[in-house]
Parts: sequence; structure tokens; C-alpha cells
Amino acid sequence: MPVLPVEFAELEVFADWAIPTEKARYAKRLSSTMDELQAFYDAAFARLESACAYLERFEIQSLPEDAKRLLWLFCSLVTVSFPVEVWRQPRVPDSGASSFDAVLEPAV
Amino acid sequence: MSHFNKPPEGSWTEHYRLGTGPVSYEDSISPARYELERDAIFRRTWLNVGRVEQLPKRGSYFTKELDSARTSVVVVRGSDDEVRAFHNICRHRGNKLVWSDYPEEETSGVCRQFTCKYHGWRYSLEGECTFVQQESEFFDLDKADYTLMPVRAEVWEGFIFVNLDPADSGSLADYLGEFGRGIAGYPFGEMTQVHRYRAEVRSNWKLFIDAFTEFYHAPVLHAKQSVSEESSKLQAAGYEALAYQIDGPHGMVSSWGGMAPPKDINMVKPIERILRSGLFGPWDAPDIGISELPPALNPARSRAWGLDSYLFFPNFMLLIWKPNWYLTYHYWPTSYNTHIFEGTVYFVPPQNARERLAQELAVVTFKEYALQDGNTLEATQSMLESRAVTEFPLNDQEILLRHLHQTASRYVDDFESKGSATPVRVHAAS
Repeated sequence: MPVLPVEFAELEVFADWAIPTEKARYAKRLSSTMDELQAFYDAAFARLESACAYLERFEIQSLPEDAKRLLWLFCSLVTVSFPVEVWRQPRVPDSGASSFDAVLEPAV
Repeated sequence: MSHFNKPPEGSWTEHYRLGTGPVSYEDSISPARYELERDAIFRRTWLNVGRVEQLPKRGSYFTKELDSARTSVVVVRGSDDEVRAFHNICRHRGNKLVWSDYPEEETSGVCRQFTCKYHGWRYSLEGECTFVQQESEFFDLDKADYTLMPVRAEVWEGFIFVNLDPADSGSLADYLGEFGRGIAGYPFGEMTQVHRYRAEVRSNWKLFIDAFTEFYHAPVLHAKQSVSEESSKLQAAGYEALAYQIDGPHGMVSSWGGMAPPKDINMVKPIERILRSGLFGPWDAPDIGISELPPALNPARSRAWGLDSYLFFPNFMLLIWKPNWYLTYHYWPTSYNTHIFEGTVYFVPPQNARERLAQELAVVTFKEYALQDGNTLEATQSMLESRAVTEFPLNDQEILLRHLHQTASRYVDDFESKGSATPVRVHAAS
């Protein structure tokens, strides 16, 4: 049973990145290897523009469930973009034991 | 070489007569000093505890733990729509009145009245005691004598402040001074899409304010955040603000911000090019219904203006960004070398998912920076505590740090000499 819109079928293998909260997206980033982050980034980044165009057709407050998951998956692309594009590691360099947790964020 | 004009005295620091000598950081490593700051500062100034959007209807409430001010308050919108604050304590035997599950954790909700978990005493939204369990068992008890203990609460531009000083008759508007008057009218109420982050930081509260009131560190500490060629250019140029201003205990820095959008698209990371967003916010500013900014913003009237960052003493920072969004920082001390940091981002609600993703990128970028800043603070705190070095040089781009530590000292000195009076406002030399 696909969880994403059919137009994005090739991203189904990364459906576990369709995560509704920033805290959980960040936790998955920290528990992933750079190879895993790179594979997800490469697949999702290639569809970023088309996903924006697809999602723009809906009002944000009335996104269908599959579109909502697609949005969360692309929020995860944002989460992994720093490690892949800049850091070359999952953690923020020099961030040591610091944590910085989302305590309030939009529902969608 | 200066890229931007400085005052005739040659520096911002001399213009505001703050002295140019090295600065002691003893005020950030002394437990005794912190105990004085709790009474002299956090129980003597207006503290921002939230915004009116957190109290959307009558009966909406939230609690705020003010460990530094030795109390917890409950802030509530009454049946008459007034915003009030009370010490969060039941008049019967002192139980914390409003909390859920964990007494130390903040909570919020909507209610018709407050009921104490311990013996069921009840209070109206306006603080009157309305019910005493087994009232006839008490001795000459008049409920009118047992109202919740009020805390002064006032609202400026939707920001709710409390003041725990029973002797302070000054209004919030007077306290916020020229900056408060000059920013008034900015449409904060349009920006209701909120992302809030919280961190427990192992440093004195003033050290994190120090980090966020100077941008001198940015080209170095955050060097890796830019594409490498851009990074070396930034580091070679260093950092200069457009302007600094000081009004009484408060200070501000006005900064350039050419990254939203950047002059050259290749300066920024690939995802920023597609989502048109980054550290300085989404590049496509939403309509906020004003034709010009309030007069205090962009004081240098620079075309390169990117943001203004205000520090309202003691612990509330407000950053207004050119692409129509704002950010607040709060630093809530929990001991001389620990505090809770809250960073809250406010956007106009996105119309669609593309705008939502642009906002997500701005928020996540802010987090990446803040994680680096927070960890650096622990490294600073521990070495300051070694007292191997006790005085430190501050440059002109660090003027707001010099002013913050001087202001905090003045409040403490004043408290020690006079007991409770509030220090006199100090204005610019000019």
C-alpha cells in the first residue's frame, strides 16, 4: 500500500522519512549514516521542485493525507540538507552534547 | 578600514561613553553574584513571558517558571478579556496551583476557574477565591481575604510582560523607552506561525546574550555554513554592523543582510536556491499590510539593511528581519552557570507547502547555528571559571556586551546600596 502520491512512487522506498515532527526528523538524521543520508538526499532533491509544484495545488490546511506525508518527507530533506551539502557528517560540527529541541511547531 | 560610518567620536563604544578598558567576567562565574542578580534584576524589571496569541480566548492560561525571580506565575485572560498574572500559589497551604503531572514543567490550557489539586480550593479567572472545601471547619475565614497574589502584567504590541517588584510604579511603556515607542506598529500579530526551540545551556545567562548581541563571531564560528569560497571572503572582511544604539538598560544592533536573496545565487547552498530561503529567512517576503516600517527600524536607513536585533534588559531579545518575519530569544537562568534558552520563530502563516518548506529551511538553519553557539558557551563558561585569566578586551563590535555587563552590575550595585530602587536610566552622550 503506497503512502505517497503515485506521482512520487520512486520515493516510496524512503517513506520512513515522512515524519511529522522536527525533533523526530532530527533524531533519524543523527541515527543515520552519511551513505543513507546521501541516498535519501539524492533521490528527494531531484524531485524537490516537482514536489513543490504538486503540493502548491492544495491549501496547506486541507492537504490530503498522502500529500501531507509528501510534505513531511520534504521537511526531512531540509533536515538532511546541512549534513549532505555542508557538514559531511550527521551532527553539527562542534555542537558536542548540546541539544536544541523543538517544543512547539506547526501541526502540518 | 570601516565599511560603514561610525559616530564622530570614532567608535560606538566611546560615543556611548562605556569605557574602552578590558572587562571582568566575574559576574558570570560567581554563585553569590547570581543570587544578587535574582533579586536586583529578575525581581526588579519587566520580564516578557509570552504573547497574547497564547491566550486566544477567555479562560486561556499558561504558566511560566521564573526560577531566577524565585517564583512561578500563571498568566490568564479573564472573563473581561483582561490579561492578568498571579503568583502560582494556593492561598490555603502554599501548593503550586496550576501544573500537570510534573510541578516543575510549564503548562497551558483553557479553564473556567482554577482548582487546587490539594484540597480543592477554587479561584476565578480574576483571582478571587470562590470556594473553600469544608469552609465551616475554618475559623472566621473570609474568602475575600484569600485572593490569588497578583503580579503586575502589561502588554506591549502583543507581548505580555510581568513585573515582580511591588515597589516599582513605572509602566511597561516607560521601561521599554525609545525602542518600544519606535517599533510600535510593527504587525507582530500577522505572524502567528510559530516554531519554538528550547535548550538547557551550561553557561551563565549573560554569556548567551553576549553571543547573540555580537556578529563578530559569525564569519569564524559559522565559517563552514557558507559555500567555501564565500566563507573565506566573509572571514577576510570580518564583521561590521550598520549601527548600534543604546537606550537606558536596552541596546540594539542593526545589521546588513544581503543573503535574502543573495547577490549571487552561487553563494548559497543548493537547497536554498530551490526553496529560496536560508538563515535570513524566506527570500520572498509575505505581505504584512504596511507601506513603511516603524521609524526605529533600520536606523541607519541603509539599503543593505537585513535585520535589527534588540536586547530588552534583562533577558528578552527581539530580532526583526527584512523579509517580514521575527525571532525572539529568552534566557531564563536556573543557576549561576546554567540557563534555559528559548528561541521562537514567527512567520506569516504559509499559503501553501512551498512556503511552508521555505520556512522550515529558515528554522532548521537557525537551529544549526544555535547548536554551534550553545556548545561554544559551555567551553567559555568552564574556562572563565578557571580564573586563569580575569580580564578580557572587547572591541567596538562587542559594545552591547560591555553595556549588558555594566547594566547588570549597576542594578546589583544599586540594589546593594539602596535596597530596592531601580537604577536611573542612562542615555547616550549626544
